[in-house]
Amino acid sequence: MTRKQKRLTLIGLAGLVLMAAVGLVLSALNDEITFFTSPSEVIAGHVKPGTRLRLGGLVEEGSVKRGNGTTVEFRVTDGVNVVPVAYTGILPDLFREGQGTVTEGVIEPSGLFRADTVLAKHDERYMPKEVADALKASGHWQEEAGKVPLKTK
Amino acid sequence: MIVEIGHYALILALALAVLQSVLPVWGARTGDAGLMATAGPTALGQFFFAGVSFAALTWAHVVSDFSVVNVVENSHSLKPMIYKVSGVWGNHEGSMLLWVTTLALFGALVAGFGRNLPAVLKADVLGVQAWVAVAFYLFVLLTSNPFLRLPIPPIEGRDLNPILQDPGLAIHPPLLYLGYVGFSIAFAFAVAALMEGRIDAAWARWVRPWTLAAWVFLTLGIAMGSYWAYYELGWGGWWFWDPVENASLMPWLAGTALLHSAIVMEKRDALKIWTILLAVLAFSLSLLGTFLVRSGVLTSVHAFATDPTRGVFILAILVTFIGGSLSLFAARAPGLAKGGLFAPISREGALVFNNLFLTSATAAVFVGTLYPLMLEAATGAKISVGAPFFDATFGPLMVPLLFAVPLGPFLAWKRGDLLAVAERLAVAFGLAFAGGLLAWWLTRGGPILAPLGVALALWLIFGALAEVVSRVKLFSEAPKTSFTRAVGLPRSVWGTMLAHLGVGVTLLGIVAESAWKIEDIRVMRPGETARLSRFEVIFDGVATRSGPNFVETATRFRVIEPSGRVTVMEPSKRVFRARQMPTTETAIATFDGVSQLYMAVGEIQPDGGVAMRMYWKPLVLSIWIGCLIMAIGGTVSLTDRRLRIGAPRPSRVPRAGDAAPTPAE
Repeated sequence: MTRKQKRLTLIGLAGLVLMAAVGLVLSALNDEITFFTSPSEVIAGHVKPGTRLRLGGLVEEGSVKRGNGTTVEFRVTDGVNVVPVAYTGILPDLFREGQGTVTEGVIEPSGLFRADTVLAKHDERYMPKEVADALKASGHWQEEAGKVPLKTK
Repeated sequence: MIVEIGHYALILALALAVLQSVLPVWGARTGDAGLMATAGPTALGQFFFAGVSFAALTWAHVVSDFSVVNVVENSHSLKPMIYKVSGVWGNHEGSMLLWVTTLALFGALVAGFGRNLPAVLKADVLGVQAWVAVAFYLFVLLTSNPFLRLPIPPIEGRDLNPILQDPGLAIHPPLLYLGYVGFSIAFAFAVAALMEGRIDAAWARWVRPWTLAAWVFLTLGIAMGSYWAYYELGWGGWWFWDPVENASLMPWLAGTALLHSAIVMEKRDALKIWTILLAVLAFSLSLLGTFLVRSGVLTSVHAFATDPTRGVFILAILVTFIGGSLSLFAARAPGLAKGGLFAPISREGALVFNNLFLTSATAAVFVGTLYPLMLEAATGAKISVGAPFFDATFGPLMVPLLFAVPLGPFLAWKRGDLLAVAERLAVAFGLAFAGGLLAWWLTRGGPILAPLGVALALWLIFGALAEVVSRVKLFSEAPKTSFTRAVGLPRSVWGTMLAHLGVGVTLLGIVAESAWKIEDIRVMRPGETARLSRFEVIFDGVATRSGPNFVETATRFRVIEPSGRVTVMEPSKRVFRARQMPTTETAIATFDGVSQLYMAVGEIQPDGGVAMRMYWKPLVLSIWIGCLIMAIGGTVSLTDRRLRIGAPRPSRVPRAGDAAPTPAE
C-alpha cells in the first residue's frame, strides 16, 4: 500500500464508524426517548393511549389505596387535573401523599395510567424538577418551609 | 479557632496558586530559571495549606462543632465516627474542598516526582495546573465556603442524608475525584506541550503514568458507586444511565482511549495530535461531569444543593478551560510535527480502531446525557433519555470494539498479519465458542443474544490469557523455561492481560445478570413460603431494633437450598431519627461465589403481610470483580520498569522550534 492508500483506508474506516455512531444515535433519539407530561396534558388528550411516557405531579392526599396484593393505586395531580395511576411493585421510601412523584408507564384507553416505574426520590427536600415546573405551570407551586436556608454570621 | 485556621489556610493556598499560575509560566517564556524553579515549592506549599484546610473541616465534623453551618446541615452527634468523617465530603461544600485538595495533591506529586522533567515543561505543567486550581479555590471561597459560622449554634445537627451513610459512599467520592482530578495532569501536560509547540515520544512516557493512575482510581470509583447503588437503593439495578453516572463514564471512556493512544505515541511517535486532543477531552469531560453534578442542572442524589450562582460559576470555569484549551489546540496543533504512518492492519491500526470506537461511544453517551437539557432549553419539551437509548447506541458500538480487543496485542507494530494472529488465537476462539454453546444449551429458551454475549466475554478472557501463554511459550517449552520467561515479561504485558481479562469478566457478569436474572414481587405473611430459582424462602416474621441514629423494622427470612443449607436474610426498613427519613436496607446473600440472592422489603401491611422484592442474580458479582481486575491490571502496569525508573530524557535534547524526529515509514 502506498502512503496515500494507507491514509485513505484509515480515514475511510473512521468515517464509517462515525456514520454508524451518528445513525445509531439519531434512530435512538427517534424511538427510545420518553416525554414528560403533566396530568393536565394527559386529560387534554395530548397523548395517544399506548405511548410510553412519564407522568409527574403530586400524589393526591387520601388517594393511595393499597390492596392486599402488590398493586397500589393512587392519583397524581397538578392541582387542576387528576390522573389515576396503578403500579405493581414496591414504592420508593419517600413516596407519600401530598409529595411530588414521577411515574413512567403507558396510559390505557380507560384513562388509567399503568406505571411500571415510580421514581425514587433520594432526599425529602428534593422535588423532581419536572414536577416543580408542572406545578408552577398550573399555579400550584409553593416553596417548602424546609428550604429556608440557615442564616450565616 | 481551628475552623478559622482552615478558612485562612484555604486563602493562603489560593494566594500560592496565583503565584504558581504566573511566575513559572513567565519564567518559561523568558528563560528565567529562577522563576521556573518557583513552581515546585509553590505546588508543595499549596498542597500543604489545602491539606490543613481540609483537616480543619474534618476536625469540625469529627467533634460535631455545630457552630459551623456545614456541620449542622450534614452531621449529627450520634452519627457513627466513619460517617462523621465521610460526611465531610458528603455535601456540596466539603466535596468541592476535597476536589481542590486532590488537585493540589496531584500538583505536589508532579513537583515531587517530576525531577527528571525538563525545566520548561515542568514549569508550564505546574503553571497550567495552578490555573485550574485558582478557578476552583475561588469557586469554593466565593460560592461554596464550608467554613461559615452560625451566630447561635443549635444543639443538634440535621444529620447526613441516610442513604449516604454507608461505607461504600464513604470512599466513592475520594476515589472518583482522584480519577477526575488525575486527568488534570494529562491536561496540564497537553496544554504545556501546545504552549511550547513541541511534542515527542518522551512526552507520552511522562503523561502515561499519571493517566494510568487516574484511570485506576476512576475505574474503582465508578465500580464502587455502581455497587453502592445496587445494594443501597433497593431496586436491584447496578447501572441506571443516570446523567450523573454518565458524567463519570465519559471521562473514563476518553481516559481509556487516551491510555491506548499514548502507547502509540510512546512507541511509534505517531498519533501525537490526537493524543493531545484526548488529554484535553478527558479532563474537559471531568470538568463537565463536575458541572453537571454540582451545578444543579440535574436533580439527583448528587445535587446536594441547587444554587444558581454556583452553576454559573462552574459554567464559567468550564467554558474558560474547555474553550481556551480547544482554541489553543486549534491554533497550535497544525504546527506540531506529524508522526509516521502505518498499515491499517497493525498494532497502531488496532489502537486507532480502539480509539475510534471509544470516542464514538463517548459521543453517544454525551448526546444521550445532554440532549434532554438542550431540548428543554431550546423548545421547552421535557424528555428523559434512559436505558433504551443507551442500549441502542452504546451497546452496538461496544461489540466490535470488544471483539477486536484480543487481536490487538498479537498484531505487530507497523505491519501486522491478521492470519498469523488468527492462528495463534484459534484455541481461545474455540474455547469461547464452546463456552457460548454450553451457555446456550444450559439456558435453552432464554434470550438468544445472551449466549453470544457469554462467548464474547469468554473470548476476551481467553484471548487475554492467550497473549501471556504465547509470550511465555507455555505448553511449547519446558515449564521451567516458561516460568523464567514469565518472570522476565514486562509488567505492562501482565497489566494489559489483566485489564483486558477484567473487561471480559465484567461483561460476563453484565450479560448473565441482564439475561438470566429472576425477579419476584409478592406479598408474604409470616410463615409463608416462596420459591425462587432453586431456593425455598420462608418468612419468619418481623422484629423492631434500634441502631445508633435510627430505628429499624427488620424482617427475617430463611433461605433453604436443595442441599438443605440454610441462610438467614434480614432485609429491613430504617427510619433515621434526625430527618425522620425512611430507607430500605437490602439483604444480599452470595451463592456459588459470584451469584447473589437479593431481597428488599416494602411497607408492612395491616394484616402483617409484607410487600417484598426478590431477585436471583446469576454471576452479578463478576461485574465488580472485573472492574477490580482492570484496576489491578492498571496498577501492575504502573509498576512497569520503564515507568518506575522514571522516563529517560529524549536521546537528543531538542529545543523549541527543533522538529521532533519523524520515523521512517
